[in-house]
Amino acid sequence: MDNLLPKKVWATAALWFMVALYGIPVLWFLLSSFKPAGELFSYPLTIFPKQPTISGFTQAWTSFDFSRYFGNTLIVAVSATLITIVTSATCGYALAKYTNWWLRAFTICILATTMLPGEVILSPLFLIVRDLGLYNSLAGVVAPSVITATGTFLFRQFFLSVPRDLLDAARIDGSGELSTFIRIMLPLSRPIIMTLAIMSFQWRWNDYIWPLVILNDPKEFTLQIGVASIVGAENVNWSVLLGASVLSMIPLVVIYLIFQKYVMNADLSAGLKD
Amino acid sequence: MAESVPQSAGRANETPARTASRRWPRRRTRRHDRYTLAPLLLISSNLALFLLFFVWPAVIGLGYSFTSYTGVGSAPFVGLDNYQRLLNDEAFYAATVRTLIFTAAVVPLTYVASLSAAVLLVSPYSRGKPVARVIFFVPWLISPIIAGVIWRWIFGENFGLVNYVIIALGGEAVPWQSNANLSLIIVVIAATWGSTAVNMLMFVAAIKNVPTAYYEAASLDGAGSWAKFRHITLPSIAPTSFIVILLTTLHSMKEYALIQAVNAGGPGSENNLLIQYIFTTGFRRAQIGYASAASFVLMLILMIIAIAQLVINRRKDS
Repeated sequence: MDNLLPKKVWATAALWFMVALYGIPVLWFLLSSFKPAGELFSYPLTIFPKQPTISGFTQAWTSFDFSRYFGNTLIVAVSATLITIVTSATCGYALAKYTNWWLRAFTICILATTMLPGEVILSPLFLIVRDLGLYNSLAGVVAPSVITATGTFLFRQFFLSVPRDLLDAARIDGSGELSTFIRIMLPLSRPIIMTLAIMSFQWRWNDYIWPLVILNDPKEFTLQIGVASIVGAENVNWSVLLGASVLSMIPLVVIYLIFQKYVMNADLSAGLKD
Repeated sequence: MAESVPQSAGRANETPARTASRRWPRRRTRRHDRYTLAPLLLISSNLALFLLFFVWPAVIGLGYSFTSYTGVGSAPFVGLDNYQRLLNDEAFYAATVRTLIFTAAVVPLTYVASLSAAVLLVSPYSRGKPVARVIFFVPWLISPIIAGVIWRWIFGENFGLVNYVIIALGGEAVPWQSNANLSLIIVVIAATWGSTAVNMLMFVAAIKNVPTAYYEAASLDGAGSWAKFRHITLPSIAPTSFIVILLTTLHSMKEYALIQAVNAGGPGSENNLLIQYIFTTGFRRAQIGYASAASFVLMLILMIIAIAQLVINRRKDS
């Protein structure tokens, strides 16, 4: 028994050492964002702001078109998430519950999209979206990012685990294929919908390179481009940058706090179980 | 585009479907005949998006890589010229090497960090797990741009916390921004920090799925914690390890936003990675043909890495 205590101590110490490594950068960043501009660089540095202020936030909010960036990002993230859920659920269901040679082929095609990420075909993708007339529009940001192998396979995994008998029973009762999907299968997959919703929202909220390519007019900018433009300036205004960065994170943190169980409990490696 | 989440699902789960079809050969054929319209309708939206935003750009991208297209006007055919130029392009060569170094550093670090975090979160001995889990997960919420800003702030040459501590301890200020290798280290740290959460979740699920009977049997044989980890946990989670390594590799090879925020590929262009190179040539200099050729070289590298890892994984299995 006497060697149980050291184990506890070691494991807990190791865990909290890692927590410190992961937590301190964010904590330092948050504390810094409440320091007035003059205090940011005055040595000796203090952990807590001596004169806490929110001027960095207000300055960030007013000197950039921040509310517009917020609105744009929200439109992109919400609409992309809704479409992603619909397309992933329908496609994942078809791949799980029907057997056709072309469905198998399409499964492989979807997998291939993970191997060949969008960044690789950036310039041709840009030309296509431009030719579709979506350049400089939020629709142009949303459209190519909707299709996701992760989402499709999350649903496929889930529907594979739904017993076939349920589908057969619905068929015997004369329920049409699509109505079975909408009335029975889709409600069953609620946890997956929630998981994919928060993931997709996070991806689109944090997207940078594609919005950067497709958006040219500052009126259409998303938050990430807005923040990156402060970073890219000749002389970085750290006070504004810290404020803007922290502000841009708030919506995701709120959503995460509400939906966290769907992410943390998601068995993301469900397919690996035998 | 940037999906920092496991695309593990699925891949390994071919087995149930296959056994099911073997068990019910007659039913399967009947199904095959009866249902074509419904599944076609169900996949139609994904299929359309796949063709429009994946196949089509891939095809015209390959086409443009043989031209000197600039985004407007005609696209004069130049054959393999672009590829030959790439072979002699020092900037491209430097970006490729830098990308490979970056990936070779991030992948093992991410693997060790996320596995350690997962082991500690599953361990019956550690305390404070619920809080730790949330803190480990915070970096997932933070975009690559903001993560870059956070690490840039900490590693600032004249104002950063790290240099402040180093000086307070009697050291000399470290040129984190003006030295190319040091600034790459910051990007590596930031990338590892950012990609731990999701991989950690996958490892937690995998470790929880290892049958406890194995550990009990090992305990009876007098195995220590390390022996159990080495001989039971590691082999049992091998499939997850494979997925984590593969996805982290693919992800690191296309890093862009993080580096842009930490140092914009600087100092100068010394830390330009492949995506930055492609972005600059394609969009800043409008050499779409040339950038497409570079894209296809990147694609080739990604495919070689993926196939090599698959082959190694197969060989280990057998």
